[in-house]
Amino acid sequence: MAVPYPEVAPPTPAGRRRWWAEIGWKYPLAAVIMFYAAFPLVYALSASLNRRGSLSGSTSLFQEISLVNYEALGGTRFWTWVGNTLLIGGAAAFGAVLMGAAAAYAFSRFRFQGRRASLTSLLIIQMFPQTVAFVAVFLLLIALGNVVPALGLNSKLALICVYLGGALGANTFLMYGFFNTVPKEIDEAARIDGASHAQIFWRLIMPLVLPILAVVGLLAFISAFGDFILARIVLTSEDNWTLAVGMYQWVSNQLTSRWGLFAAGAMVGALPILALFLSLQRYIVGGLSAGSVKG
Amino acid sequence: MPVDQVQAPQRARGTATESHARSWRGPGWGFVAKLLVMMLINAFGVTAILSAYQVGAWVVLGALVVLLVAADWVYFSRRALAMKYLFPGLVFLGAFQVFTLVYTGYVAFTNYGTGHLGSMQQAVDAALIQGERRTDDSPTFPLAVVRDGDVLGFAVSADGEVRVGTPEEPLGPVDGAEVDDEGVPTAVPGWEVVPRAELFTDAELQERVVELRVPVSDAAEDGSLRTREGATGAVYTSNLEWDPDALTITDTEAGVVYSPDDRGNFVSPDGERLPTGWYVQVGFENFVRAFTDGAFAGPLLQVTLWTFGFAILTVLSSFGLGLLFAIIYNDPRLRGRKLIRTVFILPYAFPAFMSALLWRGMLNSEFGVVNEWFFLGANVDWLGDPWLAKLAILWVNLWLSYPYWFLVCTGALQALPPDTMEAARVDGAGRWRTFRSITLPLLLISTAPLAIASFAFNFNNFTIIYMLTEGGPAFRGTSVPMGSTDILISAIYQLSGVQGGRADYGLASALSIVVFVVIGVISAVAFRRTRKLEEI
Repeated sequence: MAVPYPEVAPPTPAGRRRWWAEIGWKYPLAAVIMFYAAFPLVYALSASLNRRGSLSGSTSLFQEISLVNYEALGGTRFWTWVGNTLLIGGAAAFGAVLMGAAAAYAFSRFRFQGRRASLTSLLIIQMFPQTVAFVAVFLLLIALGNVVPALGLNSKLALICVYLGGALGANTFLMYGFFNTVPKEIDEAARIDGASHAQIFWRLIMPLVLPILAVVGLLAFISAFGDFILARIVLTSEDNWTLAVGMYQWVSNQLTSRWGLFAAGAMVGALPILALFLSLQRYIVGGLSAGSVKG
Repeated sequence: MPVDQVQAPQRARGTATESHARSWRGPGWGFVAKLLVMMLINAFGVTAILSAYQVGAWVVLGALVVLLVAADWVYFSRRALAMKYLFPGLVFLGAFQVFTLVYTGYVAFTNYGTGHLGSMQQAVDAALIQGERRTDDSPTFPLAVVRDGDVLGFAVSADGEVRVGTPEEPLGPVDGAEVDDEGVPTAVPGWEVVPRAELFTDAELQERVVELRVPVSDAAEDGSLRTREGATGAVYTSNLEWDPDALTITDTEAGVVYSPDDRGNFVSPDGERLPTGWYVQVGFENFVRAFTDGAFAGPLLQVTLWTFGFAILTVLSSFGLGLLFAIIYNDPRLRGRKLIRTVFILPYAFPAFMSALLWRGMLNSEFGVVNEWFFLGANVDWLGDPWLAKLAILWVNLWLSYPYWFLVCTGALQALPPDTMEAARVDGAGRWRTFRSITLPLLLISTAPLAIASFAFNFNNFTIIYMLTEGGPAFRGTSVPMGSTDILISAIYQLSGVQGGRADYGLASALSIVVFVVIGVISAVAFRRTRKLEEI
């Protein structure tokens, strides 16, 4: 696009026609698309501020501004669920980052027997999602719960462990690629200075790969945040639910659905994710595409 | 393990005569930290192993021993360097992914499910418990109801000794309990004795007490202690008798002998079977049932077709729309591109399960805003009609996923080599020609793997289906819990019974295997195309 076009319509009629044909039509279209993209979210915001607490009848947006729904959240288990979600997502993200980074370090820096085979098997294993094996996860947790109740059904720790089971497969390749871009000469220099492999890992490599750690942590958090099927199976009592399970329960029953609460909860729950995502979107999309080049 | 030793070389630098190698000061903080962590892990591991021994979970016990020994070897040997970094991840991968995949394969060939839930011994215990009756000559004991939080139990006194038990924990002696003149326990250490008055007034509590069954010992044959009124307890024993050598259960009243069959049930000679069985290998039966049984085959075929249709159409529509938007708005002459871009990708940044639930409300036929705003208040039953529900799901998923493709395609467009485009223009190619012959092929190279990954993801996109329609509307005229918008994984979820209802883990696992095969084939094709394997 080397030909310079003016950004605004030139004054001459011919120029204006050309501007409309080239650029001008994109603005109204953009408005339509922006409406398509944003109106459900704006609508939810409006519903969350509506005192009547339902999606019904609220045909005009922002008829009233009331924080009743937000206050009502305090009378539900919403904040418990938020806490559970943060705990489970945070622990899963932290574990995924540590285990993924350690594995990527091993694959990237050590040459050991079975390295190629392990990488290949990882690549194959990670294609089969855990969620499809949910029946086996369920049965496994029943069996484990008989031995260690903290790892049985209805335990947040158990759900974290299940999520961590998927950590190595999902993240190792993403991190492995990034670790390979850190020059090996750095390690070698440190080794000559007497640093051990652990020191090289914690003190040298980890600070250098911080961006990928952030991306992996965020992706792991978001995927735990959005998971429904495993959370629903594992967490049986209401006090242990995550947001996904709890908020589903609010609106799944047509007769008792609490849309006002849901809308307020969605605003509260989604805002941090929205903010994180929009500010880090470049890294996330890069991570997503790199990570999903699974083959 | 933060390691303090890295400071050592710097400190050594002050004393110029000493070489770096000599400044090593023995095991540092890293080693201490490792020792502490390993102590914790060993403590936990040994506790878990003992616990596994107690409940007789031999497989778990074996796995725990192997893992613990391996962990100690890896972290205290000098040889397993790479394993020190791989081990934690591999343990979780092995237990919660590889094992579950393999176990799915195992369960798929059994009749695991309602009526066949455990081992043969568990089935025997269950049968004995169900057959329990109060025999006329059985002794009664003075009894008090005790509780600890939500757990109810019985305390009984016999021969001057007070014993306490709950449904989970068989009767065992307690020290320091007090009894009144009639021998009824009045105070039991560690338990709250439920006052008699509360028992009379609280109907719900009464009901729970009457149903309470406290085993006399670990062996089901010994029977259990029950009460009718909360003041005296009697031992109930089963009229069924288990013969562990002959593997038969005998009904001592009717004189009927039940013997095991190859389906995992105890069956009498006239074909009467006891309700609880155990799970056994049934070969390919689950697969055969899924594809030939009249009740399953039809709905399952529809579900499979829709799964493919849903995944393919989702990828095509969202890729197409995202690419179109990317081409239109990847234009440096436009003003406010940043704002446009941010609003365009809003749906992707909003958590998917919330979006799906939100759309579920908006598409409601009676009060949904979609009908009210865009269809002039008509009662279009978006989620209740088989075809409209499919359309709604595709529409919502398009809304959810086009921003991803918009971002990916924008990135890919900006990464196109400008000289190639320049060359095309110089050669006289028009815009359409450039797009078809240069842009699109180049774009597809970088996005085709993503499209395949997206297909695989949507193939198992449980969340959107379940949140929006729960698979409904249900198929008419069948008894199977499947509906027009169910994809394979949501159908498996409904069939499996993990959420209550009749459980059929065998059939559910068999269908999971089918999904795995499909994913495997897709991935194999993708592998071939991208030659990812050769790059490692």
